[in-house]
Amino acid sequence: MIHSLFLINSSGDIFLEKHWKSVVSRSVCDYFFEAQERATEAENVPPVIPTPHHYLLSVYRHKIFFVAVIQTEVPPLFVIEFLHRVVDTFQDYFGVCSEPVIKDNVVVVYEVLEEMLDNGFPLATESNILKELIKPPTILRTVVNTITGSTNVGDQLPTGQLSVVPWRRTGVKYTNNEAYFDVIEEIDAIIDKSGSTITAEIQGVIDACVKLTGMPDLTLSFMNPRLLDDVSFHPCVRFKRWESERILSFIPPDGNFRLLSYHVSAQNLVAIPVYVKHNISFRDSSSLGRFEITVGPKQTMGKTIEGVTVTSQMPKGVLNMSLTPSQGTHTFDPVTKMLSWDVGKINPQKPPNLKGTMSLQAGASKPDENPTINLQFKIQQLAISGLKVNRLDMYGEKYKPFKGIKYMTKAGKFQVRT
Amino acid sequence: MSSNSFSYNEQSGGGEATELGQEATSTISPSGAFGLFSSDLKKNEDLKQMLESNKDSAKLDAMKRIVGMIAKGKNASELFPAVVKNVASKNIEIKKLVYVYLVRYAEEQQDLALLSISTFQRALKDPNQLIRASALRVLSSIRVPIIVPIMMLAIKEASADLSPYVRKNAAHAIQKLYSLDPEQKEMLIEVIEKLLKDKSTLVAGSVVMAFEEVCPDRIDLIHKNYRKLCNLLVDVEEWGQVVIIHMLTRYARTQFVSPWKEGDELEDNEKNFYESDDDQKEKTDKRKKPYTMDPDHRLLIRNTKPLLQSRNAAVVMAVAQLYWHISPKSEAGIISKSLVRLLRSNREVQYIVLQNIATMSIQRKGMFEPYLKSFYVRSTDPTMIKTLKLEILTNLANEANISTLLREFQTYVKSQDKQFAAATIQTIGRCATNIVEVTDTCLNGLVCLLSNRDEIVVAESVVVIKKLLQMQPVQHGEIIKHMAKLLDSITVPVARASILWLIGENCERVPKIAPDVLRKMAKSFTSEDDLVKLQILNLGAKLYLTNSKQTKLLTQYILNLGKYDQNYDIRDRTRFIRQLIVPNEKSGALSKYAKKIFLAQKPAPLLESPFKDRDHFQLGTLSHTLNIKATGYLELSNWPEVAPDPSVRNVEVIELAKEWTPAGKAKQENSAKKFYSESEEEEDSSDSSSDSESESGSESGEEGDSNEDSSEDSSSEQDSESGRESGLENKRTAKRNSKAKGKSGSEDEEKENEKSKTSDSSNAESSSIEDSSSDSESESESESESESRKVTQEKEKKTKQGRTPLTKDVSLLDLDDFNPVSTPVALPIPALSPSLMADLEGLNLSTSSSVISVSTPVFVPTKTHVLLHRMSGKGLAAHYFFPRQPCIFGDKMVSIQITLNNTTDQKIENIHIGEKKLPIGLKMHVFNPIDSLEPEGSITVSMGIDFCDSTQTASFQLCTKDDCFSVNIQPPVGELLLPVAMSEKDFKKEQGMLTGMNETSAVIIAAPQNFTPSVIFQKVVNIANVGAVPSGQDNIHRFAAKTVHSGSLMLVTVELKEGSTAQLIINTEKTVIGSVLLRELKPVLSQG
Repeated sequence: MIHSLFLINSSGDIFLEKHWKSVVSRSVCDYFFEAQERATEAENVPPVIPTPHHYLLSVYRHKIFFVAVIQTEVPPLFVIEFLHRVVDTFQDYFGVCSEPVIKDNVVVVYEVLEEMLDNGFPLATESNILKELIKPPTILRTVVNTITGSTNVGDQLPTGQLSVVPWRRTGVKYTNNEAYFDVIEEIDAIIDKSGSTITAEIQGVIDACVKLTGMPDLTLSFMNPRLLDDVSFHPCVRFKRWESERILSFIPPDGNFRLLSYHVSAQNLVAIPVYVKHNISFRDSSSLGRFEITVGPKQTMGKTIEGVTVTSQMPKGVLNMSLTPSQGTHTFDPVTKMLSWDVGKINPQKPPNLKGTMSLQAGASKPDENPTINLQFKIQQLAISGLKVNRLDMYGEKYKPFKGIKYMTKAGKFQVRT
Repeated sequence: MSSNSFSYNEQSGGGEATELGQEATSTISPSGAFGLFSSDLKKNEDLKQMLESNKDSAKLDAMKRIVGMIAKGKNASELFPAVVKNVASKNIEIKKLVYVYLVRYAEEQQDLALLSISTFQRALKDPNQLIRASALRVLSSIRVPIIVPIMMLAIKEASADLSPYVRKNAAHAIQKLYSLDPEQKEMLIEVIEKLLKDKSTLVAGSVVMAFEEVCPDRIDLIHKNYRKLCNLLVDVEEWGQVVIIHMLTRYARTQFVSPWKEGDELEDNEKNFYESDDDQKEKTDKRKKPYTMDPDHRLLIRNTKPLLQSRNAAVVMAVAQLYWHISPKSEAGIISKSLVRLLRSNREVQYIVLQNIATMSIQRKGMFEPYLKSFYVRSTDPTMIKTLKLEILTNLANEANISTLLREFQTYVKSQDKQFAAATIQTIGRCATNIVEVTDTCLNGLVCLLSNRDEIVVAESVVVIKKLLQMQPVQHGEIIKHMAKLLDSITVPVARASILWLIGENCERVPKIAPDVLRKMAKSFTSEDDLVKLQILNLGAKLYLTNSKQTKLLTQYILNLGKYDQNYDIRDRTRFIRQLIVPNEKSGALSKYAKKIFLAQKPAPLLESPFKDRDHFQLGTLSHTLNIKATGYLELSNWPEVAPDPSVRNVEVIELAKEWTPAGKAKQENSAKKFYSESEEEEDSSDSSSDSESESGSESGEEGDSNEDSSEDSSSEQDSESGRESGLENKRTAKRNSKAKGKSGSEDEEKENEKSKTSDSSNAESSSIEDSSSDSESESESESESESRKVTQEKEKKTKQGRTPLTKDVSLLDLDDFNPVSTPVALPIPALSPSLMADLEGLNLSTSSSVISVSTPVFVPTKTHVLLHRMSGKGLAAHYFFPRQPCIFGDKMVSIQITLNNTTDQKIENIHIGEKKLPIGLKMHVFNPIDSLEPEGSITVSMGIDFCDSTQTASFQLCTKDDCFSVNIQPPVGELLLPVAMSEKDFKKEQGMLTGMNETSAVIIAAPQNFTPSVIFQKVVNIANVGAVPSGQDNIHRFAAKTVHSGSLMLVTVELKEGSTAQLIINTEKTVIGSVLLRELKPVLSQG
C-alpha cells in the first residue's frame, strides 16, 4: 500500500520523509514538482500523478502537500482518506498542523506515523488509541519530561485496540462529567443575478465534545428525525437502532469527535437568511467602474446574523478600488485582485453597505463578467433546517452528566452571481 | 542490562566502544567515517557518545536527534552500531526510536542488524500480547534476507497466537515476508489459509490484504470463508472494509451469474431488499422468474448496504463500486445519494468521486439525474473539479433539463477562468450533437460567442462550430462567411486551421470568399503555424480542383512555398498534393480521382465523453482514475455463464447431522447453509475415515470433550455455539453407537490439539474460564442422567441386536449410554496445555473489557411434558422436555427432546411430523421420520423450534403411517433462555443500561428458610435456564441469561431485604418475557 510519505511545503522543500517499506528516493518528488509547476495554483495540482515506477497521491492542506508514494494498484480514495486522517491527527495532537509545528515535534510525528501504518497498511487511526500510545505534547508534559526524563510514549499499552469499542479509551475519569453537542448547519447556495435561488441545500454535522467517566452509553433522539435525508455516522453509532427507531445510540469516544453528518432532504425549501443587493458596472468608455453592495437580513427567524464577510475575486482588469463601507473594514489586494469586506453583525434597520469606484486598466476592454460574491455568515442558536434534538439519555453510569446542545447555522459555499 | 555493559565501557577509557563502532562502520562505508565530512563526523561523534552514556535521558536525546535526521532525509547510517546496542533498552521510548532507526537502516547494514534479532525473538515469547505484536512488527520490517526462516517461523507461531492483535500483525508480516522473498509463497499461503478462517474482526481486514498481495488468484481459499466475511464486514475496521469489499467484488464476479437480465429491473425492488434469503427465494420461485439470485450473492449486497453510511469516503466508494459491479441494476440507485454526499468533502476526495460518477453517468443517466444541481459549478472550485462537474452535467443532459443547463452554461462561458470557459464551449457542442432539439439554439449561441473578446473562447467556439457544421448537412453559408472574416483577427492556430478546413470543405458554397481567403493565406503562409500551413495546403488543393481558373497560380505558389518549408510534414504533404492534383505525364490514374479524394463526404466526428473508455476498469481503482492499467491491477472478470457450484461455500456445522439423516440429506444441507461457518469442518470430514477407532479412543474422547466444553463455553458466543453443538450432541441429545463414539473421540481430540495450537478464540475466553460452574450443577446433572440411563440400558440391548438393519436409528439411540461418562461441564482446567495456561494468564490484563458468553446450563430439570397421551395417540405416547442446550439446528431455536413410546403391541411405522401450524415468525426444525418403532419400544429424537422469544404455541401434527395427531408445544418462558456467564461487574454494567421501561420488579414475602442461597438458586434455575453470576454480597443473588432468538440479555436479581421480604428484579429489553418470567418466579420463590 503506502510506501512512503513526503511532506512538502509551499516553497517546494521536502521537510519530512517517512518510509514504511524500503526507501524510495526523494527524487521521485521531482515528478510532483513538475506537476505543481504546470498547475500554477496549488489547488490545481492533480491528486494522482503517475510516474514510471510509482504513483504519487497527494492532499493539500494547511499549505502543506502530503505526498504518498505507492507502487501498486490501490483504491485512490483509500490513500487520500488516510492522508486526511493523518492531517486530522496532527491537528488533534498539536492544535494546528503547520510546517513549524511539525518540525518542532518531529519525533512525535514520526512515532505517530509509525503507529498509524504498518507496512503501508493502516494500523491505528483512531485518535483516542493513538493518544494512549503516544501522548500528545503539552507544555506541562514537556517541562516534566525535561526534568524527570520521562517520555511521551505511553507505558501502558492501550487495550482499546483490542476491545469491542476500539474508539474509546478505557479508564476515563473526569471530575466534571459533561457532554456537549453542537448542531452546525451549513447552507450551500448559488444565488443568481436577480436574487433568485439556483440551488440551495443544507448540510449539517453534529460535533460532540464528550467528557464522561467510564463507559457511558448515550442515546440522542430528535424531534424531527425525518428531516435527515442522508446521514453518515461515526463508527460508534449503532446503525440498527437508527434504522429501526431513528435514534442515535452510541458509546462515545473520549473527547472531540464528529458524531454525525447529514444532509437535509431536498424537498424542504431552504430559507435563505440573507440577501445581497449589488450594482457593479464597468463602462467601456471610462476607466472607472461603479461598485456597490448591500447585505441585509431575510428569513432569519428573529436571530441576528453575525460574522459576515464578503469576498470577491475581481476581474484582472481592475487596478484598484476606492470604497467606503457603512460598517466594518475592507481590503483590496491589487495583486490577487481579491476584495474582502469584514462586515460583522448585520443591523436589520441599517443594512451594511459598501460603495465606491473601481479604477480599471486604461485601454483594456471591459471584463465580460461581473465577479461572483462569496458570503460567510453565522447565526447562533438556530438550525436553519428546523432540526431539534429531543433528549439525551445516558445509561451505564450512575452519575448525572452536564448536557449541552448548541445550534448554529453557517454559510457553506454561498455564492451570489452578479 | 545493556546499560550496564555500556557503563563499563565508558569507565574503561570510553574510547573502546566508539572505536569498535567506527571500525564496524568503516568496513561498510569507509568513505563515511573519515575524510571530507569532518564536521559531520564530529556531530555524529557526539551523538555516539550520548548513545554510549548510561543515562537514559542522554540516549533519548540522541535518538531523538537521529530520528530528526532520518525525517529530514539525512544519512544517519554510520551510527548503526551505536544505535543497535540500545535495542534492548528498558525505556520504551528509546526502544521505539531504535526500532524506527532499525527498520530504516537494517537493509543497508545487514550484518549488524542481525545483532538485534535475538532481542526480538525473545520478545516474541513475551506474555504481553502487545509486546509480542510489536516485536513481530519490527522483526518482519527488517528487510534482511538472512532472517527469512526466522521470520517464517515467527509468522507461523504468531498466526496461532491467542491474541487476535498478534494474529493481525502476523497477517501484516506475511506481506512483508512475501515482498522480501517471494519464494516463500507456498508456505505463506498456508498461513493465509489458516488466518482466513479466523473469526476475529481485527484479523479479517489484514489477512484479506495479505491475500490480495500474495495470492489474489487463489479464490478457492475464500469459498469457505465467504459468508463469514460478509457477516463480519460491518464490524471490521474501516480500512479492512475497503480491502474486503474490493476482494469480494471480484469474488462475486467469478462465482455468481449476472443479475443484469432483461426484465430484472422490476423484480428486485426496494421492498424485498430487506427480506431474508428464504423469503426472497420463495418469492422468486413462485413468480417463476428465470433468474434467481444466489442467496450468497444477496447476502453480500445486503451486508454492505449499511456501510454506505460510513464516514470514510473510501468505504463508501468501495460499496458504491460493489453495487455498480455486482448488484441488480435496479438496486444500484441507492449509491448515488451517498456519492453525492462525498462531494462535500475535500478537493481530492471530490476529484476521485466525480471521476467515478462521470463514468457511471455515461452508462446510467437516471442514477444521478435527481442530483443534477449538486454538480453545478462554483467559481471557487479548482479547475479540475470544474471540468469534471461539467463532464457530468453533459452526461446528464437530456431534453427535459437541457434548457436549464444551457442557462447555467451561459454563466460558465463568462467565467474568468478561461480554460473552464473553453471546456464549457466544448460541452455545449456535445449537448448540441446529443440532443437534436437544441442543436440550432446551441449553434446560434456559439456564433454569438464568436464576437467574444477573449480569444480562447472564440477559438474554442470556432473549433466546436466546425465540428457541428460538419455533422449538419444543412447549409450554413452565413456562419461560414462570418467565420471567414474572423481569420483577420483570430490568432489561435487551431481555430485558424478549423476555419480554413471549413472553408475548404464548403468552398463550393462560398465561391466568392474562398479564393480570397486563399490569397490572404498565401501572403502570410510563411509565418503561420504548422497546423495552419497544412490546412492552407488542403484549402489550396480543394480550390484548385473546384475552381482552378481563379486559384491555379495561387495554389502553385503555395505549393512552392511548402516545398521548401522547414517542417518535413509540410514538405511531404506538398509533394503529395502536387502529384495528385497537378496533372503531368507521370501521374497515373489517381489524379483523375483527386476530386473524389479531397472532397469526399467525411464522417462527422463523434463528440464523446473522455470517460467513455474508462468503464472497463473497476470503479474506484487507481487504474480507473488514471485510465491506465496500474501495476498490480486485477481485472474484474465477466460474469460466468453458469454459476460455479455454490455448495463450495457451504460450511457444515456438524458432520453428525449428515450422518444421522441419510434420507433427508438434501434438506439437511439446505439448512446447513444458514448455519454459521465452522472452520474445523475440514478436519471433521477427514475424521470420518477413522471410523474404526474403538473404545480406547472414546476414553480420551471424553476428556477432550469435557475439556473442550470448559474452554469453549467460555469463549465468545459464536465460537461456543457451533463448537459445542457437536460436543453436546454426544452427551444428551442423541444416542450413538460405538462407531460414532470413536469418531467424536478422535474428532474432539484433534480439536483440542488444534485448540492449543491455533486457539483462535478471542481474549474473552480467558476471563470466563475461571467461571467454573457451581457444584450443584454436576450433581443435578448426574441425577438426571442416572434416571435416563435406566431407561436406556434396556433399549441398549435391543438396539444392539437390531443394529444392522437400523443403523440410522441406532446412531440416534445410543447416546444415553454415553452420558454417565461425559457429564461434567466444567471440569477443572488441567487438560489445557500448560503453555496455553500461561498464555491465558498473561492475557488477563487485557480481558477486563470482555463481555458475555453463553455458558452451560447449571441445572437441567427432569420434568417432562406430555405431548401426546397414549390414549389419544392410539398407543403412541410422546413426551417432551427441554434439555436446555443450544439447539444444533439453528442458533435461534430452542432445542426440544421428544421421547416417543410405543405402548401398543404392534410396530408403529413411519412416525413423522405432518402439517405445521406455526404462528408467524416461528420456525421449526423437525426430526427425521422414524421408520418404525417396536412394540414397547421408545425412541428419543430432538428437534428445534424458534419461538421468536415468545410463548406462542407451536402446533403441528405428529403422524404415523395411519394416523395424524394434532399436538402442540408451548414453551415455559424459562426455557426461552440460554444461560450466560458474566462477571458481577459486567452484570451491573448491563443492568445499568436496562433500566426504566426495561425493568420489572416485585416484592416477595416468604419464610426465612426459603431465602437461603441454595434454595433460591435451586428455585430460580428450576424455573428458568439462567446462569448464576458470582455475587460479592450475600444478600443479593444474580442470574443472567440471554433469550434464544434475539440474544437479548435477561438479568434476574433477587435481593434479600430485612424481615422475610425480598425484591425480585428483572432487567431485559424483552419486557414481555421479562414480566412473564417475573410472574412465574414470584409464586415459586414465595412458596414454602
